[in-house]
Amino acid sequence: MSGMSRIVKTMASITFPLTMIYGLYIIAHGHLTSGGGFQGGAVVASSCALILVAYGSVWTMGKIKEKSLSVFESLGAIGFIGLAFFGLIFGANYFFNNFLLKQDIIPFFNAVGTGASNINTAGIIPLMNFAVGLKVIVGLFTIVLVMAYATTKLKGEK
Amino acid sequence: MSIRNIVALAFFGVVALFLIFGALMTHPFGEFDEDNTPEMDQYIIDNTQSETGADNGVTAVVFDYRGFDTLGEATVLFTAVAGVIILFRRLKK
Repeated sequence: MSGMSRIVKTMASITFPLTMIYGLYIIAHGHLTSGGGFQGGAVVASSCALILVAYGSVWTMGKIKEKSLSVFESLGAIGFIGLAFFGLIFGANYFFNNFLLKQDIIPFFNAVGTGASNINTAGIIPLMNFAVGLKVIVGLFTIVLVMAYATTKLKGEK
Repeated sequence: MSIRNIVALAFFGVVALFLIFGALMTHPFGEFDEDNTPEMDQYIIDNTQSETGADNGVTAVVFDYRGFDTLGEATVLFTAVAGVIILFRRLKK
């Protein structure tokens, strides 16, 4: 029997989606309001850690494939590096070139910000926020999950 | 009073003195000091929105002007994950 009582499990199930939506909002609006990839990723990872605490590490480990954790973490890293390298190809040739901004060929994040509600701005910054957010979510959650699972195994309880 | 306590007290006094003088000599809050403001600050405040298109200046600095710094932070996170997994690898399954 792993995890905490039924009350804690129910409350964690109710709080988990709200916290996750809040963290994803912080990531998606990173170029407009306070926060960004790192901060929103930490919020989402803490919501996953809440589920881990409530339901126990063995149950959570059974629900999650290690392969998908590895794939998502690598996807975040490759997305970040790839966006940085794409700047070498387009426009002025320098690393971290904001190539999506102020052009009309790709109609995607190309406007210059005029207000706090204009999400279609800031070039590659929102995309980099998504990549870093994915990396931080999976990275922090993997650290917490592996350490919790290892301590459970060390104590010898199922 | 032992030597150890005297040394600790002297160290504490020096650190406290540094902190007090540092607090007294800081720039007053809310006043714009033309001479002591670096040009970089004013440049970023003035030009962030037109150059990067982002409304949030901090994110613009972190992901655009100082992209390499964020790359390093992502690498630090990756190293932390790799270290934890290597440490507990034997206990898996």
